Amino acid sequence: MSVKSIMIVGVGGQGTLLASRLLGSALLSQGYDVKVSEVHGMSQRGGSVVTYVKYGDKVFSPIIEKGEADLILSFEQLEAARWLPYLKKEGHIIVNTQQIDPMPVITGAAVYPEGVLEAIEQAGAAVVPVDALGLAVEAGSPKAVNVVLIGVMAQKMELSKETWLKAVEENVPPKFLELNKKAFHLGYSHC
Amino acid sequence: MNKKLMLGNEAVARGLYEAGCRVVSSYPGTPSTEMTEFAALYKEMSCEWAPNEKVAMETAAGASIAGARSFCAMKHVGLNVAADPLFTVSYTGVNAGMVIAVADDPGMHSSQNEQDSRHYAKASKIMMLEPSDSEECLRFTKLAYELSEQFDTPVIVRVTTRVAHSRSSVPMTERIEAPLRPYEKNPGKYVMMPGMAKVRHVVVEERIQKQIAWAETAPINTVEYNSTKIGVITSGISYQYAREALGTNASYLKLGCVYPLPVEVIQDFAAKCEKVYVLEELDPFIEEHCRQHGIAVIGKEAFTLQGEYSQSLIAKVILGTAATSLETDLQIPARPPVLCAGCPHRGLYYALSKLKVMVSGDIGCYTLGALPPLAMMDTCICMGASISALHGRNKANPENASRSVAVIGDSTFIHSGVTSLINVAYNQTNSTVIVLDNSITGMTGHQQNPTTGKTITGDPTTAVSLEKLCEAIGIRRVRVVDPYQLAETERVIREELAAEEPSVIISRRPCALLKYVKHNPPLTVNQEKCVGCKMCMKIGCPAISMKDGKSQIDFTQCVGCGVCQQLCKPNAIEEGK
Repeated sequence: MSVKSIMIVGVGGQGTLLASRLLGSALLSQGYDVKVSEVHGMSQRGGSVVTYVKYGDKVFSPIIEKGEADLILSFEQLEAARWLPYLKKEGHIIVNTQQIDPMPVITGAAVYPEGVLEAIEQAGAAVVPVDALGLAVEAGSPKAVNVVLIGVMAQKMELSKETWLKAVEENVPPKFLELNKKAFHLGYSHC
Repeated sequence: MNKKLMLGNEAVARGLYEAGCRVVSSYPGTPSTEMTEFAALYKEMSCEWAPNEKVAMETAAGASIAGARSFCAMKHVGLNVAADPLFTVSYTGVNAGMVIAVADDPGMHSSQNEQDSRHYAKASKIMMLEPSDSEECLRFTKLAYELSEQFDTPVIVRVTTRVAHSRSSVPMTERIEAPLRPYEKNPGKYVMMPGMAKVRHVVVEERIQKQIAWAETAPINTVEYNSTKIGVITSGISYQYAREALGTNASYLKLGCVYPLPVEVIQDFAAKCEKVYVLEELDPFIEEHCRQHGIAVIGKEAFTLQGEYSQSLIAKVILGTAATSLETDLQIPARPPVLCAGCPHRGLYYALSKLKVMVSGDIGCYTLGALPPLAMMDTCICMGASISALHGRNKANPENASRSVAVIGDSTFIHSGVTSLINVAYNQTNSTVIVLDNSITGMTGHQQNPTTGKTITGDPTTAVSLEKLCEAIGIRRVRVVDPYQLAETERVIREELAAEEPSVIISRRPCALLKYVKHNPPLTVNQEKCVGCKMCMKIGCPAISMKDGKSQIDFTQCVGCGVCQQLCKPNAIEEGK
């Protein structure tokens, strides 16, 4: 099959790396050639972070560029708008409705734009808004935002629910497994 | 065969393991850090964080001479630190195989420059391999040991950020033990003083000629013929970009060994293709080699010396195609990295901002204090330079001493700040040096260091006493402050700036992200008491923002450090529950 491209974007510290790791291992278990490109180091400290996941028969470049992503999973509204140009026309963008002010907004040098979701929709993307923070708190911890969002994304993909749950088991510490399973289910049954 | 999705760096570590490597010594540096972290998970290898890259490389050299396969890893700027041993281990060669990994950072995702380390291979006359994905990271690392022993040379494995930090599928095999090779005293080979080194230099030049002959038939220099209208000579990640952008519309010569480069292989390939491009990030390293041998290629004149290449850049330049993209007309504010909520550096920088001093900065998380709103850094050059540059500033004009400080982290201080502090004491400037001791190497992702009392595997070990070290150097005024206590921190800095002799202030508080650090419940803003004065916004805490003219605190980020409370005159910031 031709290569599919998924981007996971958010704010450093939100757990985007675990989400991409989980997605990568779920895809590998299905026999795809997979490449996952991550961001480490300085930009992790509260900056805008992006992870690329590509899979298919054979993947060469590990990165995704403008107009190439089939799906974007955004952990934050502003980041969804920032990375929108990377989405293909008619691509899906799942957006956690949480808003996190970047430092230029905090200092008053810039303003957080209004109507982000509407603007993304108007640009031609299929938006799936989700209150992932609310669902994560419901699951038992605000830190489970990442696994809630994985659950939402799982609905949009062809892999079986069992494959996803196995990936969750393999990638989270046993201590937090029940919490994360619950978070996954809340995301998966979100509509 | 057992396959796993691995980071390039993890695959290098697996390669070490399978090749029977025994000794690993590195200093952390993005994007190289995980090589050594993953290596440390294998009990069969002795792994350690060294105080700096020079020490790490010398440790690896000593282990190799003693007969053990050895390894050291560093980022590109770390190789500058280790350049001294590098040029001479080229002359001594090895006993057991020695592999040096260097991770370059085109695009500067987490670095202060984007130097091209391939020049080091050429300058030091050391063979360099360059993998393009995780599978090659493992395979080339193992090959590097064979080549190291075959040619009696250290071998460098160079990766770039996109290879180091991308995961792809890697087949694994078992470890093959490489027993200790016997050590034989051989001053002619291992004691590099002029008489011996002159003889060894001849050996080095002969070695390079043999390696060029090897490169002409090396299986890691691969050719793929498709359409010959376009020929691409490339290596590393650029191959992956080119292959994706051009597919079977081009033929490829992929160079797995970037130093020394073959000549005939390139000539043959170029002769078969109509138009030949060299695709390589950063400097025209392969391109200049081609030109030197009269091979007509298109290189940097069509591409760039700066930043990363990509499939779209290559498609645009060579095929003239461009993708369309969805756009909004929103004004999207930038989201630069910031000091975390609860970061101990914040209080220290706030105290410095009140004193309006010049700050000679250094490399680490605390470099983020250079950004608004704190914006409390004037210079940042390289590891350790904060102290030496402050000393120079104070030599230039002794009056500067009462209004300038150096800031340096605990790990960076050990790395290369200690010698700078010795210079301050020995050559006497009234410099005020602040060591930001957060009990960990922070920016690279929490590595232990000689001040933390733990080794790379978390085992207890001796810890450097910063206080005693500074005293032993000859600094008589050594103070310790808690940067969460703003008034006290400011007072102590003020006193040390006024002192007529060198002084060190240790600003001590563990990184808020450390697992053992207990957090207080998130603080809340009493909306009735808040007058919207924005004093709490001056510290640039990502957990604090303004909504409808009042301050609010994000409960998902706040760790209850209480620094903002000390700034709130109406006492509107209250303890959480």
